Amino acid sequence: MRNIHEILDHYRSDRTRLMDILWDVQHQWGYIPNTVLPEMAEKLGLTELDIKETYSFYHFFIDKPPAKFQIYLSDTVIAKMQGYQAVYDALEEETGCVFGKKDATNIFGLDTTSCIGLSDQEPAMLIGKEVFTRLTPEKIVQIIRRLKNGESPADILNPENLASDSLAYIHAMVDSGIRSKGPLFFQNKTDFKALLHKVINNHPEVIIKNVSESGLRGRGGAGFSTGLKWRLCSDNDQKTRFIICNADEGEPGTFKDRVLLMESPKEVIFGMITAGYAIGAQEGIIYLRSEYYYLKDYLEKQLAEFRTEGLLGKSIGGKTEFNFDIRIQMGAGAYICGDETALIESMEGKRGTPRVKPPYPVNAGYLGKPTSANNVETFVAVTSIMEEGALWFKNMGTTESAGTRLLSISGDCDRPGIYEIEWGITLNAMLEKAGARMPWAVQVSGPSGDCISVEKDGHRKIALEDLSCNGSFMIFNRSRDLLDIVKHFTQFFVNESCGICVPCRSGNVDLFKKINRVIDGKACQRDLDEVVVWGKMVRKTSRCGLGGTSPKPILTSLENFPEIYQEKLVRQDGPLLPSFDLKESRRGYLEAISTLNDRSSQS
Amino acid sequence: MIQIKIDGKNINTRKGANLVDVALENGIYIPTLCYMKGEPCLGTCRVCSVKVGGATAAACTVPVAHGMEVEVNEPEVKDMRKALVESLFAEGTHNCPSCEKSGRCDLQAVGYEVEMMVSRFEYRFTPRKKDYASEKILLERDRCIFCQRCVEFVRDAETGQKIFSISGRGANSRIEINVELANKMSAEQITRAVDLCPVGTIIEKKIGFNDPIGKRKFDIKSIRERALEGDEK
Repeated sequence: MRNIHEILDHYRSDRTRLMDILWDVQHQWGYIPNTVLPEMAEKLGLTELDIKETYSFYHFFIDKPPAKFQIYLSDTVIAKMQGYQAVYDALEEETGCVFGKKDATNIFGLDTTSCIGLSDQEPAMLIGKEVFTRLTPEKIVQIIRRLKNGESPADILNPENLASDSLAYIHAMVDSGIRSKGPLFFQNKTDFKALLHKVINNHPEVIIKNVSESGLRGRGGAGFSTGLKWRLCSDNDQKTRFIICNADEGEPGTFKDRVLLMESPKEVIFGMITAGYAIGAQEGIIYLRSEYYYLKDYLEKQLAEFRTEGLLGKSIGGKTEFNFDIRIQMGAGAYICGDETALIESMEGKRGTPRVKPPYPVNAGYLGKPTSANNVETFVAVTSIMEEGALWFKNMGTTESAGTRLLSISGDCDRPGIYEIEWGITLNAMLEKAGARMPWAVQVSGPSGDCISVEKDGHRKIALEDLSCNGSFMIFNRSRDLLDIVKHFTQFFVNESCGICVPCRSGNVDLFKKINRVIDGKACQRDLDEVVVWGKMVRKTSRCGLGGTSPKPILTSLENFPEIYQEKLVRQDGPLLPSFDLKESRRGYLEAISTLNDRSSQS
Repeated sequence: MIQIKIDGKNINTRKGANLVDVALENGIYIPTLCYMKGEPCLGTCRVCSVKVGGATAAACTVPVAHGMEVEVNEPEVKDMRKALVESLFAEGTHNCPSCEKSGRCDLQAVGYEVEMMVSRFEYRFTPRKKDYASEKILLERDRCIFCQRCVEFVRDAETGQKIFSISGRGANSRIEINVELANKMSAEQITRAVDLCPVGTIIEKKIGFNDPIGKRKFDIKSIRERALEGDEK
């Protein structure tokens, strides 16, 4: 058992490693006890409240003793379409515990959590680092019974005691779910040593030029040119530079990065090495969302193998000036950390709040140094470009979107999972591939994207110039309650807003109230008119992409499915809004009068 | 020197200067609640939102560049600024008539400035705990707008450590006070902290309602007039 002194020493009492220190503390004690705070504060040059400022921001850091088994059930809309409620009820029944609490004996604690990147295998839940998928009430009965009998989550999932750094161990918990492979992803045929020499035989400038010429645009959602990002990063006087792999994949319904990390980890890492060489970085960091903790040992092993083979470390490929290594930074449960500047703040041991821009990370990113943050999929594409050439890549796809891309498909379809598609295929063709039956609406790019109508938009092309997509498709048929789905997404943004700016922190709450008002049958046309204006205000004045997109579920569903709103509206009769409850608003007055009357009748 | 245009007016200025400052130097007032001249931009309140090249941006986060076209009084963005102020009134609990800061409160003054009559958003009256623990400071969280001026600009004189911090996330975030460090604050430091709080959250105990109505800071001059005259206090 390590004490706090040893944990701090391990990180040389570096304040910027606070996230790692907090994780080590939590793994040691099960939570972040108050007793460790004085020493932490002193050694890190902080106050205890500074430490609280950081840990209280993250969903998975806890400051009270937890139950022995803290269970987090993923509460996505997809899970809710696939038996979530029965699993929820079974968990409460079997553990004797209610959600949000611990049971009397302190064995079980139940909580819900946002999407854990398993929309093709929902319902799913996390217990510590382990993940359970495709849950049913029957499975819950078995799992809880075995936990009660003294088995650990690992014993149940991994009876053969496979090493935690093996792919077999991950496969024992999670399916890859690859449905269709194309020319780019999951080829697993790369000779990395040979490819490294091919890369470093070129001047870094040439590599950047290659990536620019390939037309590769970032796969995190914004679609910024990867080559340009690297160029901006290297056109800088500062010599210390960083490469970040954004593996935060928090967008509900998205799981492509999880599958890439599982099935093509070395392609991801090699893409980072290429980027490191191109921009002259010495360090790369993979920011891994804590929901993917089960991938950490496995990824560490891949890094270790690359080190042994001389692909990472000092004088890589015999080039004395090329020193580059990669570490993994664990997140702790905050969707906003998918924003690159929030992610950088988090990596520096702070709250994951997006920074004010400018400066941009390419000029002043991690530790104030030039930093290029790229998505997992972007790095795999880079590896392919290095192998097959820029022209090969550019010849696939459309004018604006080169190459192929991965889509995470879930919801009402026969074949949910990962699909590699060439940009430019139509939505209808995609739905057919996935075996969607009578699809009605598709949520493209997760809650931060558009809710579109298959009837109206089925012919549209999946490409940046038409139907832009960050890799997530959630399919809904006519049996689904879209208003309820919109409400769920809006609640998600209320929960996940970092709170630093007014429109996002407060405006999303107002929008959430509006959607509830519609669902409750108390809204009139004026409420919808206000939704449009308020939604626009939140989108335009928010500090980062979270507020910049959070009203989209409401706004796009209102635009594409006006009828589902219209049929819920009531007519405004007189000057008062239908949502105004005259009786309720006079309740205090009536209570006071009645109390006074009681008193006077008694006296 | 570079040229920019604000509401059609040509302005010569220096590259990289803050848009709020540049506008003010040229007689154009943009309301702010979190921005303080000379201090790093916080970009939290967004009340200075304007249109830059047609896109909405918080003016305090914008360094001016040659050829920039800025719209401050364009109706849509003007209404957004008003909505943001109204949003703050709905989110916290702001009982101006009973507040010690009334008449010297930036939020109240900006409310007048944007001609707010009532919030278009539903008032929430969220219960928030006051903090009396420090000897000289009362933390009245009902009025806090999370501008984070106190978090960023108030430090312990000796160690440079933060005296105010945040806990929680999103709508549940709140300002915390380090009692031990707060008790070491000098009288000047407390006055500064009270002054930089744009609302009545940081209140000096045993002091309040000093100036009678009619003689309070913003009774004498509006926030716009003060800003245009370069009077930051």
